Amino acid sequence: MPIKWKNYSNDGGYDELITASGHARVAARGAVRYISSLSDQELRERRDAAELAMQVMGITFTVYSEGEEGGIDRTWPFDIIPRIISAREWRHIDAGLKQRVQALNMFIADIYGERKIVRDHVFPREVLAKSVNYRTQCAGIRPALDTWAHICGSDLVRDSDGTVYVLEDNLRVPSGVSYMLENRLVMKRIFPELFEDYSILPVDGYPTRLFDMLASLSPRPADYPTVVVLTPGIYNSAYFEHSYLAQQMGVELVVGTDLVVTDDDCVYLRTIGGLERVDVIYRRIDDLYIDPEVFLPESVIGVPGLMRAWRKGNVAIANAPGAGVADDKVVYAFVPAMIRYYLDEAPILPNVPTHLCMDPTQREHVLANLDKMVVKPANESGGYGMMVGPAASKKERLKFAELIRKDPRNYVAQPTLSLSTAPTMCDGKVEPRHLDLRPFILSGETSHVTRGGLTRVALTKGSLVVNSSQGGGSKDTWVVETGDK
Amino acid sequence: MLLSSVAERVYWMSRYIERAENTARIILVNHNLLLDIPRTMEFGWEALVTITGNADIFHEHHEEATERNVLRFLVADQRNPNCITCALGMARENLRTTRAILPRAAWETLNDLYAYARDNKTSGMSRRGRYAYMRRIIDYCQLMAGKLSSTMSHDQTYNFMRMGRNMERADMTARVIDVRASNLLPSLSEELKPFDDIQWKSVLDSLAGYQMYRRHVHVRIRGRAVLRFLLQDEQFPRTVHYCLAEVEQCLRGLPGNESALRILGRAQRLLSEVDVIEILSEGLNSFVDDLETVHTQLHNQLAATYFTLLEEQTAELNAATS
Repeated sequence: MPIKWKNYSNDGGYDELITASGHARVAARGAVRYISSLSDQELRERRDAAELAMQVMGITFTVYSEGEEGGIDRTWPFDIIPRIISAREWRHIDAGLKQRVQALNMFIADIYGERKIVRDHVFPREVLAKSVNYRTQCAGIRPALDTWAHICGSDLVRDSDGTVYVLEDNLRVPSGVSYMLENRLVMKRIFPELFEDYSILPVDGYPTRLFDMLASLSPRPADYPTVVVLTPGIYNSAYFEHSYLAQQMGVELVVGTDLVVTDDDCVYLRTIGGLERVDVIYRRIDDLYIDPEVFLPESVIGVPGLMRAWRKGNVAIANAPGAGVADDKVVYAFVPAMIRYYLDEAPILPNVPTHLCMDPTQREHVLANLDKMVVKPANESGGYGMMVGPAASKKERLKFAELIRKDPRNYVAQPTLSLSTAPTMCDGKVEPRHLDLRPFILSGETSHVTRGGLTRVALTKGSLVVNSSQGGGSKDTWVVETGDK
Repeated sequence: MLLSSVAERVYWMSRYIERAENTARIILVNHNLLLDIPRTMEFGWEALVTITGNADIFHEHHEEATERNVLRFLVADQRNPNCITCALGMARENLRTTRAILPRAAWETLNDLYAYARDNKTSGMSRRGRYAYMRRIIDYCQLMAGKLSSTMSHDQTYNFMRMGRNMERADMTARVIDVRASNLLPSLSEELKPFDDIQWKSVLDSLAGYQMYRRHVHVRIRGRAVLRFLLQDEQFPRTVHYCLAEVEQCLRGLPGNESALRILGRAQRLLSEVDVIEILSEGLNSFVDDLETVHTQLHNQLAATYFTLLEEQTAELNAATS
């Protein structure tokens, strides 16, 4: 039976494709009309075809807690109904993200340099003092182009009134871009007819842009630079992506043991013909593991001497070690201030209002309203260690109150947003599910924002947690030209 | 530029694929042979275990080499690292870690093949489903080789795969000769006992060589000629001679190949100087043993030159720059 959009309701929230009165939004009209014309049976067939395509293409992610037995890679749940955004709205988001990342890069450079922002009392010294991602080893270093966060993945959410907020900026090793690219390929395989009537902005230029950006960082600009992707290895949850990006860029995918730093402080690859100099490393390993000489000595996935080579300017590392200092939910609260401070502009995209538990007044407010707030630790990612107030048990709330009192610097709280929804296939029916969006921003000589990004969707009814490690899935994201300017 | 670690993985990937294909082929041939041979003749499945080289593991777990035991062992027994599903699983792991280098289509094919082999193993072990299963494994392995050959640059990476494939092939041919031919060659007599001819045919079939033998050798099937063909023929791609020539071609394009080429030369001399009549009288097994010894030496030399971490080189470079 075709979908009855009149019966489709998400209890008053904002839906990305369907208005409150049950009509398709302008950008989504064609797709909604087409999907409505399909029978349940046809929809199921498309879904099965998508699943098969994912399996054949080997699109997988790894779940840490799984034992060896279950196989280490799983295909990632993919929903066949695309999330559609108008190009007009996207231009606004694109500008907002570029502005934001520019300010973040200036902030990181300032923090490891003169620290003007601290001197001018815009950013409190004590936040820095307690930052777990601040690396003293990076102080005084000036990487190529003064850029630290070359690849940023910012998470966007939309509240019930339609406003798009930035929820967080991932500046360490953000992942997900390969799924964005693969989702599009899968959609083209299973819904070719939908692409005929739409002008959907292509996403497949990303690997080329990424390579060009990385190459522009090379310390030996005269030569064709040797770029590598450094992965922790096959057991990492994002291994698929590391491999995928290396393949798409036509560069080597390496693990720590493939690289060696010799006494000349240069990085080399071990090849069948001997050692070959490396110019740029796109590292997908966390700071603390990249060099056992400087950081965790027990790390076996890093490269001894890598920091030496980087400090001497003999190799470029993206993202730069220490860039994560701005990837902290407390620092996040200061991003609008940074934009005003460094760029003298008003922020284009708003932050989600954020209460810093380190501030006594704000802390009391948070503790008194735990049942309405989302509490997050400052430095976790992947949705770990957080509490969604309205959904939490009393016991859990007490536990978090305790945690906050013990280490207030490590917690922030935000009002619970009613994340927007989009129609999603669930058990053969189409129902609203909550989602977010992670666009990727490249910063080198110029900056570039992906067209759309990775839409992550919480497949469990009512759930707000979209992370792949916690039962989330994904959708293809379309930015479409609708004719109106 | 080719990473040592990548060279090693693609080499093993293609060895494992070749191994799976060869195993499927000998199972299929044995299956057909058994249908032709009267029950009174003593002929079973044991030989397959010997050919694939894990007889000790097999006998640790099984008293008898029944059809059922052997099939399970060769298709899906996790205790046998060379079983079809294990070999394909290993090939897939090796490709999974080198995906960035090989054409995407090759990964999709291998992924598909592995899923098929794993999901249909029960049917593959059954008498009824066996033919279709083995056929599909063989076809897919060939498809894989074809995709690699036609969609990837024939660069150094490709040559390591080619070496892996040919090393494995040469090994298999030697093993088939060793196990299969030796009990067919009790004497120098050219008299064929009943059913010997179909057994000789099955030796050729195990290496997909029957048809080409007929076209090129022009002699009716008999031991000497078959043996000469499988060892020394210069045109059929599964003979020991041919495989070694392929390895040589690959090696010539690689840096630091002197030691490996020396060992390869020894193997080639051993092969070209051999007199088939002589080995038939003096014992086939000792000849095959000699051949396998050089083969192992060659593999070890490849590993030492190209795969292991090059500690000495690092030390040299350090000395040069300090």
